[in-house]
Amino acid sequence: MATQKIPLELTVNGEARQALVHPMARLLDVIREDFGLTGTKEGCGEGECGACSVILDGSLVNACLVPAVQAQGSTLRTVEGLAGVDLSPLQEAFLHHGGAQCGFCTPGMLVAGTHLLETDAVQDEAKAREGLSGNLCRCTGYVKIVDALLAAREGRS
Amino acid sequence: MRGQPSLCDVLTPQSLQEALSLRVAHPEARPLAGGTDLMVPFAAGRLPDRLFLNLWGLEELRGITVSDGEVTCGALTLFREIAVHPLMQREFPNLVRSAKVTGALAIQSRGSLGGNIANGSPAADTPPSLLVYGSELQLTSLRGSRWVPYADFHTGYKRSLLAPDELITLIRLARLGDGGFHYFRKVGTRQAQAISKVSLAAWARTGNGQIQELRIALGSVAPMPIRARGAEKALLGRSVTNPPLDAALEALQADISPIDDLRSSAQFRRKVAGNLLADMLRGLVSA
Ligand SMILES: Cc1cc2nc3c(=O)[nH]c(=O)nc-3n(C[C@H](O)[C@H](O)[C@H](O)COP(=O)(O)OP(=O)(O)OC[C@H]3O[C@@H](n4cnc5c(N)ncnc54)[C@H](O)[C@@H]3O)c2cc1C
Repeated sequence: MATQKIPLELTVNGEARQALVHPMARLLDVIREDFGLTGTKEGCGEGECGACSVILDGSLVNACLVPAVQAQGSTLRTVEGLAGVDLSPLQEAFLHHGGAQCGFCTPGMLVAGTHLLETDAVQDEAKAREGLSGNLCRCTGYVKIVDALLAAREGRS
Repeated sequence: MRGQPSLCDVLTPQSLQEALSLRVAHPEARPLAGGTDLMVPFAAGRLPDRLFLNLWGLEELRGITVSDGEVTCGALTLFREIAVHPLMQREFPNLVRSAKVTGALAIQSRGSLGGNIANGSPAADTPPSLLVYGSELQLTSLRGSRWVPYADFHTGYKRSLLAPDELITLIRLARLGDGGFHYFRKVGTRQAQAISKVSLAAWARTGNGQIQELRIALGSVAPMPIRARGAEKALLGRSVTNPPLDAALEALQADISPIDDLRSSAQFRRKVAGNLLADMLRGLVSA
């Protein structure tokens, strides 16, 4: 027997959004299917790969592990919210350093990287690598991603 | 099979009191904290539960409180909060280290200490540290609250003292003061995001060249996290610079009962547990 949906209200990338969803729906599915924001990717679906990284009330989380009901009333930032009129410095740095290859991990990398920069958690290469350790990339070997993150931190692109 | 949110419902209490009432009215409702354990089998369609008790919003279960003699963590204290807490870093470094190696940042921002304990995995990373710090758990129901030594909490593989109407509410650590030796090391497949193959935590105090106090605990080497009482006994009162390593290693092998599983073999775990004990003792000499 199907259960009742709940009205979910969130601020998504600065805009008030609503959706009628099952309380145990994954935030990932709400983002992609109800809000139509398909930049957030599903990789493993079990919190290992970071492709679904989003910033929820200022914390970096895997959207695949958050039930919708626990996001009620919160403030959400997805990869779509990172660029303003121009790309963000981190996005520019990814372009410049070749931080993206197939691109599947890139939204998660950008969101996690943005969170690390905003929380001042990229003091050096070791910290950058530790901070990104929950985001898997099978193409780049990470060097270019870490280079991009360090460059953005120093205000270089 | 995928998880079926359309078949599931969630009870969201506004207070601990209401949560405890719901625990009685709906004993089938599965407590849901940060979801980092539950959402994995749920999304894969492997979780039988259809009703959840959402603890996430309960302020009463949050926060780290420091008093003269003790530190108390709400069950919903997140790994991230432990990792960055200055007093925890100073006085309970093992717990901080274990919180920092639990998953990666996104897991640490959601995963709770209470969930790590209640989940009952023998491989969980904070339990060995909680054991060596002699922590206690507050279990609460409408009937009242009781404190139990964490060492008694797990009664077997995925079994515990928690009654069906109870929640874990607090975790209490007695402050040990300065000057102790703290050791924690986890061995997994990679540094981040790996479930432990073996983990070992220890706390010791030395004086007059002797090991005066010593507590050792391990993860992933028994049906539940355990204290290595035999190894402790072999080392207590003995010389710091020349401890009876062989006797301690032999006693350790009797303390543990690892199995073969998808992550490792019993033989490998026995070998690594011994290596970690030896590594800990080397650290103690040079401390
Ligand atoms: C990618 C990934 C990596 C991980 N890496 C590690 C790791 O390295 N080390 C490690 O130890 N763990 C790891 N975990 C497991 C998990 O993150 C931890 O066990 C975490 O502490 C669970 O807490 P939670 O709040 O998310 O629990 P939940 O998933 O919400 O709940 C877990 C269990 O505890 C019960 N529960 C929760 N709170 C209470 C309470 N207050 N009272 C009674 N019952 C309660 C729930 O009913 C459930 O059975 C990992 C998980 C993932 C997905």
